[in-house]
Amino acid sequence: MAEPAIELIGIDKRFGAVHANRSIDLTVERGTIHGIVGENGAGKSTLMSIIYGFYQADAGEIRVAGRKVEIADPNAAIAAGIGMVHQHFMLVHNLTVVENVMLGAERSPLLSSGIAKVRGELRRLEEDHGLEVDPDAVIEDLPVGLQQRVEILKSLYRGAEILILDEPTGVLTPSEADHLFEVLKQLRAEGKTIILITHKLREIMAITDTVSVMRRGEMVATTKTAETSVAELAELMVGRRVLLTVDKGAATPGDPLLTVKHLTVKDSRGVTMVDDVSFSVRAGEIVGIAGVAGNGQSELLETLSGIRKAKAGLIVLNGREIDPAREADPAEIRRIGCAHVPEDRHSMGLVLPFEENENAILGYQSDPRFQKGPLLDPGAMRRDALEKIEAYDIRPADCRLKTASFSGGNQQKIVLAREMERDPDVLLIGQPTRGVDVGAIEFIHKRIVAMRDAGKAILLVSVELDEIRALSDRILVMFAGKLVGERGPEASEGELGLLMAGIDEKEAAE
Amino acid sequence: MSRPYAKLPRWIDYGLIPLVNLVVAFLVAGLVVVAVGESPLEAAALMLRGAFGYAEGFGFTLYYATNFVFTGLAVAVAFHGGLFNIGGEGQAYVGGLGVAAVALSLGAILPWWLNLPLAIALSFAFGALWAFIPAYLQAKRGNHIVITTIMFNFIAAALMVYLLVGVLKPVGSMAPETRTFDAGGQLPKLKGLFEVFGFNLGGAPLNVSLFVALIAAVLVYMLIWRTRLGYEIRTLGFSPRAARYAGMSETKLIVVTMMISGGLAGMMALNAVMGDQYRLAIDFPQGAGFVGIAVALMGRGHPAGIVPAAILFGMLYQGGAELAFDMPTISRDMIVIIQGLVILFAGALENMFRPGIGAAYQRVRFRTEEPAGKNVGEAG
Repeated sequence: MAEPAIELIGIDKRFGAVHANRSIDLTVERGTIHGIVGENGAGKSTLMSIIYGFYQADAGEIRVAGRKVEIADPNAAIAAGIGMVHQHFMLVHNLTVVENVMLGAERSPLLSSGIAKVRGELRRLEEDHGLEVDPDAVIEDLPVGLQQRVEILKSLYRGAEILILDEPTGVLTPSEADHLFEVLKQLRAEGKTIILITHKLREIMAITDTVSVMRRGEMVATTKTAETSVAELAELMVGRRVLLTVDKGAATPGDPLLTVKHLTVKDSRGVTMVDDVSFSVRAGEIVGIAGVAGNGQSELLETLSGIRKAKAGLIVLNGREIDPAREADPAEIRRIGCAHVPEDRHSMGLVLPFEENENAILGYQSDPRFQKGPLLDPGAMRRDALEKIEAYDIRPADCRLKTASFSGGNQQKIVLAREMERDPDVLLIGQPTRGVDVGAIEFIHKRIVAMRDAGKAILLVSVELDEIRALSDRILVMFAGKLVGERGPEASEGELGLLMAGIDEKEAAE
Repeated sequence: MSRPYAKLPRWIDYGLIPLVNLVVAFLVAGLVVVAVGESPLEAAALMLRGAFGYAEGFGFTLYYATNFVFTGLAVAVAFHGGLFNIGGEGQAYVGGLGVAAVALSLGAILPWWLNLPLAIALSFAFGALWAFIPAYLQAKRGNHIVITTIMFNFIAAALMVYLLVGVLKPVGSMAPETRTFDAGGQLPKLKGLFEVFGFNLGGAPLNVSLFVALIAAVLVYMLIWRTRLGYEIRTLGFSPRAARYAGMSETKLIVVTMMISGGLAGMMALNAVMGDQYRLAIDFPQGAGFVGIAVALMGRGHPAGIVPAAILFGMLYQGGAELAFDMPTISRDMIVIIQGLVILFAGALENMFRPGIGAAYQRVRFRTEEPAGKNVGEAG
């Protein structure tokens, strides 16, 4: 057998007290797709950052095609033939495809020669790999799937033989993801090596040849994909058996607690983000809103929670009529008994430099329980925070710790504990498990179902179709600001995927 | 890509790093002194002796420090709300009007201890009012507060010149200043208090405003870390989106925060106008509003840091004046250079040595102890 494409020997990396990578060995054969799975904080991203030169390993060596290489920075990684497609694309939105591919490889102060070369190369790559994209299209006009393709082209243009993809399908529709996998298979057939980092085990099973599992900074297993199973990988990741399906009984819905009528929301540029949407959520049911990110779900949640002003429409919340076109007031919405777990916990749901107990009252800072005369009562805040830490098993159990020091899953639990423990009648939840590890996902899902069984109305927005299907009693699909269909939880992924892509049923039937 | 959250112990964060910055600033300043052909050690000795070496000098140091505590607190409060108040100078200047209004009208009627609370209230109100307009423009129209507060310094200067040359100047006087306040408009000096301990403050203008400044420092601490308003200000400062999510009104918070900030800057006039000059004179803040920015940065926005930082800058003012007097080759402008270097290293380049010191600390720590298995932070 030929030399492996890339070999890691004894890679070790510490950040302060965190041992992010413990003596990692990894061999990836040429012309294969290798998956790396692991919980958040398992050290996957650190390892890839070392390969790509963002970090330096404390110990160990990297061999590319049998030769030891020193990767001091991303330029050295590119020179060694390693390319990386980040989870969040590194593209300039108002430049064209050609300009983006050329970025950092302009060759001369005058751009014409560079542009000509890029054009030629793009045409060749298109012929070789079937990676079509209009070279003169402006990035922001392209769908997400094509933007990702530009990222791949950027790496290939720079001569990448090894391509690292970090959570590549997070932003794609199911059909776009299928397209991506076709492209990856094509690249594999041409001898490129692909490393795929993901937490979606089904993708690993569908496309990889070999798979490695990381846990707490260690490489705990590497195996042929054909010889393992989703359940086994999940168990390896978490270190214990995991319930992958959500255990819930049938819903017993009552009266509607949240009714939305003809809601229309425009963004600051006047673009319609939510377009004449009407629906209701009844007590004791979970309504899921499926859709590819950016189709108006975020704006819908923000309008319902009072953060964003609508253009027109009516919201009836817990029997109270709210005119969403008037100046919005999240505090008022909270008083009516509606809690909101925001999609973006880092910039909205939490203030990261705050102590944990300070975040545990965010949005409820006016609650008389936390006041002592003109001052806040730190004793009451900490007692309350510790109760929630206990109930939600938030780790470390230290309410004085800065929130930024908690892992993603524990940060999410801080938000959930705050919003759920107020015992709201209506709960709005956005992306409850984004960036959350498998063990915590199980816990969070159980809590959401328990809320439903306690007779609460729950509106769930998630880009994870699996999550929507597992939790929802009814599924509404949102596309380009409109609700394009309602399905039961038994609807197939393919059917929902078509709706999410805006293809209506008649077209699909043809 | 998440980065682990490197947390340093407080003594490094608040003690060692500012100290290193300061030492570097003085080393570079020493090079400047060498360049003009003087001995930096001698210059440093002169400066320290001028500022701390004798009671009168120390009195001056604390007098200047009092000014800087007020303006430093002003900048810090705004900074916690994510607002950069560059207008402390103008707010202090206009705050002088509030002090003068009390001292001129009631100075002959009420004793100083009744006039002081009134002067505090009015200087605060005038400074707050001067900050209100930029704050309102920022909150409602998005006009950047840095630009508007800078502009308002100029407007304040022009307004005060107009008032002092015309309206407020006593008939027949040639100086652009008000008449001297009556006895009730003059804050007592601390000379007597220090004499009890055997120190002779001489002509140092240190006065009871010092205690007002220290009380203000305590109240600012309470406001920022112990009240709901402070909680909301900090939320806004760290994350406007989180503030919106939590139902806080950004407009209200910006206006209230800036008015508190402007009010604190306005109170600086107590010290200079009512405590020292006994009249409202042209350009009395003398840059204290700007020094407040450096003081707030160096004190890391915390009153416990602002007070020592203010004393440091008081030392630079007083010791620098003595140095310029004793070493003729070192002019007043050289002192400004030294102050500028301190501002540069302690304020602007505050984080320059932080990564290095942090890494060194981690190395030392791991050589001495194996890390506990506790997984603090995300290393994804």
